[in-house]
Amino acid sequence: MQKLVVIGAGMASGRMLEHLFEAAPGEFDVTLFNAEPRGNYNRIMLSPVLSGEKSYDEIVTHDADWYARHGVHCRFGERVTAIDRARKVVLGASGDEVPYDKLVIATGSNPFIVPLPGHDLDGVVAYRDLDDTNRMIAAAGPGRRAVVIGGGLLGLEAAAGLRLRGMEVTVVHLPGHLMERQLDPAAGYLLRRALGERGIEVLCGANSKEIVGQDGKVAALRLEDGTEIACDILVMAVGIRPAAALGREAGLTTGRAIAVDATMTTSDPDVLALGECVEFEGQLFGLVAPLYDQAKVAAQTLLGQSAAFVPREVSTKLKVTGCDLFSAGDFAEGEGREDIVFRDPARGVYKRLVLKDDRIIGAVMYGDTADGNWFYGLMKDGADVSAMRETLIFGPGFQGGAPADPMAAVAALPDEAEICGCNGVSKGMIVKAIEGGAHTLDAIKICTKASGSCGGCSGLVEQVLALTLGGEFVKPAVKPVCGCTDLTHEELRRLIRSKSLKSMPEVMQELGWKTPDGCPSCRPALNFYLLVEWPLEYRDDLQSRFVNERNHGNIQKDGTYSVMPRMFGGMTNADELRAIADAADKYGAAVKVTGGQRIDLLGIRKEDLPSIWADLGAAGMVSGHAYTKGLRTVKTCVGTDWCRFGTQDSTGLGIRLEKRLWGSWTPHKFKLAVTGCPRNCAEATCKDLGVVCVDSGYEIGVGGAAGIELKATEPLAKVATEAEVIDITVAFLQLYREGANYLDRPHKWIAKTGGLDWIRERVVDDPDSRRALIERFDISQSVYQKDPWADHVATRAALYTPLADLTKEAAE
Amino acid sequence: MSWIDIGALEDIPRQGARVVKTAHGCVAVFRTLDDAVFALSDRCAHKAGPLSDGLVHDHKVTCPLHGWVFSLETGQALGADQGSVPSYPARVEAGRILLDAARLTAGATA
Repeated sequence: MQKLVVIGAGMASGRMLEHLFEAAPGEFDVTLFNAEPRGNYNRIMLSPVLSGEKSYDEIVTHDADWYARHGVHCRFGERVTAIDRARKVVLGASGDEVPYDKLVIATGSNPFIVPLPGHDLDGVVAYRDLDDTNRMIAAAGPGRRAVVIGGGLLGLEAAAGLRLRGMEVTVVHLPGHLMERQLDPAAGYLLRRALGERGIEVLCGANSKEIVGQDGKVAALRLEDGTEIACDILVMAVGIRPAAALGREAGLTTGRAIAVDATMTTSDPDVLALGECVEFEGQLFGLVAPLYDQAKVAAQTLLGQSAAFVPREVSTKLKVTGCDLFSAGDFAEGEGREDIVFRDPARGVYKRLVLKDDRIIGAVMYGDTADGNWFYGLMKDGADVSAMRETLIFGPGFQGGAPADPMAAVAALPDEAEICGCNGVSKGMIVKAIEGGAHTLDAIKICTKASGSCGGCSGLVEQVLALTLGGEFVKPAVKPVCGCTDLTHEELRRLIRSKSLKSMPEVMQELGWKTPDGCPSCRPALNFYLLVEWPLEYRDDLQSRFVNERNHGNIQKDGTYSVMPRMFGGMTNADELRAIADAADKYGAAVKVTGGQRIDLLGIRKEDLPSIWADLGAAGMVSGHAYTKGLRTVKTCVGTDWCRFGTQDSTGLGIRLEKRLWGSWTPHKFKLAVTGCPRNCAEATCKDLGVVCVDSGYEIGVGGAAGIELKATEPLAKVATEAEVIDITVAFLQLYREGANYLDRPHKWIAKTGGLDWIRERVVDDPDSRRALIERFDISQSVYQKDPWADHVATRAALYTPLADLTKEAAE
Repeated sequence: MSWIDIGALEDIPRQGARVVKTAHGCVAVFRTLDDAVFALSDRCAHKAGPLSDGLVHDHKVTCPLHGWVFSLETGQALGADQGSVPSYPARVEAGRILLDAARLTAGATA
């Protein structure tokens, strides 16, 4: 086996290794150095991580398992200090020497730090890798201030992310308009306005002079004109420099970067280089598409195949949610160039095509970028557009008089048209994959890589799917909460947390709800997420709850309600039974004993609810919450008190559990049982959480179900004392409250977390985590463990009565 | 029209409803987020569910029993469902809710 050493685990080298292992598994024994203490991840997606829309785990491209499978020796967190080409070894920071037959340098780039006075102050950060991102996230917070120097792609994505985290953000940009390399001034203006509407202040033509510090920490940025902008962090995003030092010191030919030929080989035939650290014919590379091309060529070169890298036109999209922007080619004004411009100020749409000799040489779009790839295709092909010049700007749907069907634009694309710019995947390749059986976005991603990098083309790929499969294509596995938003439940929860959104109007405003006040799907979910996240600050919104939780009873088919008082652990007494019997007489109720060991009073009219509650309350009873997505009942057997076989005090434990837990709201209903021996009279093994008492202690199982689905619990822990049972139960319940999607029962949630190990670690194994969960639960209980019946009798009784009674007037 | 004062706007919670009893059954009076007021029969066209206990969103209400959605402005069922419930003229003046007495006493068929 040949020894291959790769320096740098970025997007280019990751892709190269994939090609290599795919084409020739077992051919190379690979050692992978990375200065960052982690493996390959999708650097393009750091912006969504910064904004809180994605987590780091979601952007990892190669995990430990992948490296292990391919026998890669990972040296993550270890910088390479030198290359000795004469002896063919690289020297790691650990002092180890690693020999190579072939070496690939993929050291990427370093952020350029403007040498302003104060640039070394604490709080001045670049925006390049996960550590930078985490530093920004740590510094972010509502009301805190950030300054971003640089209004290019990276700077604006940083600004938008920090703004989403609730910071006051100012972007300071030296040129006259934003993204001057990709946009013309008009599109730059629209972008600036859109950012302004999001609360991001933009200063163009602004020259930074000095970073002002206080106690060694950044405090403000001072501009040439004397303006001072206060800030808690300052992000430098003015550009990158190829990280070519290692190659230069090793004596390889370098200019601004390490020079390579079309086979990606450096001046040393055994050393290759690729990515942002190379130059080819004097050209540098920063976007991902040409890097992937290089990765393919480098892999082929290593395998002894002939291949040549050809730089290609690239297009750019900005990954700021809600700012739709597309740019490709050259759009400076010049001799012999013509413009076609389309503006729709009301919609904030701007499109401009630059033509030369009847060919498109540049395209800029803002606000509506659906046709971007079509124009880009025409541009790359050098197509003569004179025949359609009149209607060109309206896009492919208007050529040849076809109706403006949203699918028409995709249908009109030729097979060679590029759909995924990052990975160079054409429409034809996707169609072929679909015909080969890839019928979902994920399947397409796996077999073609389309939409696997920046994800910007996901919509297009789905359109190709819909076009090719017709009615068979069922859209995505990731489902938004409802029609009011495109966010999923997971994204919504994460944004509520990261942006400190503490009320329903705030959520709807900040996250761009499409309806004025939501719908019956999102409102109850939002209400739950907010009250779990901010128990002390958020006020429970009854108008956003389903009828049962608003009126604290179960509505029946005739509009009457059922009333079920709580009987802790299923124990009651003669006084309670007498009060229940009296109430049944007084309000004409039907009486039913339930499966959860309670007594249900059915057929109560809405206007009688406050008085029956008052009657039951006078006998010492509280709401049984039989109508909630919340803590329901703890079912018990008689245990050691009476039973010949009982091993523990199951009734007592059940009562203690219920007293601790009642009143809490959960994503879906939550039922428990404690049974005194494995004969399981209390049916603990089909509950959301069930405790089975045995001689030596208590077995706790979770994730059972006995509804439409029938499922036995899975063992979570076995413990010796009641106190531990209660602690673990509380911690499990809180983790479920914090983690599960609204309307997912625990067994569904457990499946989504990937099994019990993750949960066990947090509620059983790690005492600190368990304690923190219990603390958070108790804070919530300080607000929510109160009897809603007594509360409504005292404060809302009038709402249960008619506003007016006009029956008499009719009689007159 | 003969307007009759049935109560204060504040008596109904925003995004909520209360009923008015009439000889012909209950009328649900809704108050939306933007403080508009609407009156519909309190019997869903589907299975007579009490619309006054539904979730109010935009100028719509979702029935608490089986999720039918009605326009508060017209009483028409929205989406895939077909049907309608009678609606009654309603307005707010100086913080008081006024309904058309003649329509209320004449019943749903008027």
